[in-house]
Amino acid sequence: MDIKAYIESGILELYVAGKLSETENEEIYQLLKQHPELLQEVVAIEKAVVKLTAAVSPRAKGFESIKARLEADDTKVVDLQPRTTSWISYTGWAAAILLAIGLFWTQRLNTGLEQELQTADMENQYLETQIEDAKSDLAATKNLLNVIRDKNIIAVPLGGQGNFASSFAKVYWNKADNTIYLDAEGLPDAPEGKVWQVWSLTLNPLTPTSLGTIDDFNTDDNKIFTIANVNESQAFGITLEPAGGSASPTMDQLYTLGVVNTES
Amino acid sequence: MELELLVKQFQDKNHAAFEKLYGMYHKSIHGVVYNIVKDTAIADELMQDVFIKAWHKADTYSSKKGRFFTWILNIARNAAIDKTRSKAFKQSKQNLNTDYFVDIIASHDNLDNSTDAIGIKNFVTQLGEKCKAVIELLYFKGFTQKEASEELQMPIGTIKTRNRNCIQQLRDMVL
Repeated sequence: MDIKAYIESGILELYVAGKLSETENEEIYQLLKQHPELLQEVVAIEKAVVKLTAAVSPRAKGFESIKARLEADDTKVVDLQPRTTSWISYTGWAAAILLAIGLFWTQRLNTGLEQELQTADMENQYLETQIEDAKSDLAATKNLLNVIRDKNIIAVPLGGQGNFASSFAKVYWNKADNTIYLDAEGLPDAPEGKVWQVWSLTLNPLTPTSLGTIDDFNTDDNKIFTIANVNESQAFGITLEPAGGSASPTMDQLYTLGVVNTES
Repeated sequence: MELELLVKQFQDKNHAAFEKLYGMYHKSIHGVVYNIVKDTAIADELMQDVFIKAWHKADTYSSKKGRFFTWILNIARNAAIDKTRSKAFKQSKQNLNTDYFVDIIASHDNLDNSTDAIGIKNFVTQLGEKCKAVIELLYFKGFTQKEASEELQMPIGTIKTRNRNCIQQLRDMVL
């Protein structure tokens, strides 16, 4: 093959221009591998064309100008796309879960607050009751105080009798309104099946008159009992009687007894 | 050979190799597309597109098909010609001036007085009209030998030899 003639034909210039057929290109590729002087010629032509075309460019940007796009494109092609979708779906799921947790939490908070409100209401009611109680207690105590201070009151201490020497009681007798106030704090609770019975006594002859049983003795707080008494009593006594009371006092169960001091 | 290795690395998605190839050819590619679109901004964009496209379809290049430069030159010419056919481009560029590459080169202020720049300027000013036309069509416009012969009303064989002589002149001046 005449290398020189081949070069002179101008086919290598067209090869560099890129306008030969695929077959011609492949032929030249094979020839270039076999004949270094052909390759040298091609390289020289290419070099000249590169310089010529470059001279036309008024200015051209450096590699930095496409580097960013290149990396962005790389990432996109390799894995940005799937990552974006999964990122979106993860975010979606996360948002949904957060919302569910938020709703659940709000619900719980609401229930909790309702319960607290109920509790507060109940406490309120309880406190109101206590205030009512305290008010009525105060009223009762004031009333009691007024009774005791009344100038018409006769105070009758009842002393412990016989085996019951440690027992005591006190009767405040308002003759004006025929009422006695019995302070029975010095008496023990009535045993099961028994009840305290209050007696009005006249001494000569000794005549007991029942003023009634104190059925709520064990449950009463201040142990002060208001009892009607229309008798001209000379003494008061308290006996422990079987439930329901007795017609006459059981004398060996007489706990306390006190005589009305008519002088006072 | 170094270029072959570089192209191989480029095909293996090596950024450094790509950057090196870019450095070797981007001005030429810019020059070619600029000569077609006659707009610096559009040429900038096209040149970027060309290299990005080359990067993505790197595996389609084979040295059997031709030189790497020729491959990317083809991509560039096609991209630029596609651009000139787009509606938007036609509307904005009603009166595309008909300057040849030679006119563009001659119009450049020689800011960098490199021997290349001076040599090429000398070359284009001394270049005969026939040479200007042939080089314009074959290298810048991507005409085939046959298309060029029809355009210039010259026999095919003449195109080939004339082109050979023109490139020889260029080589004498710049190499």
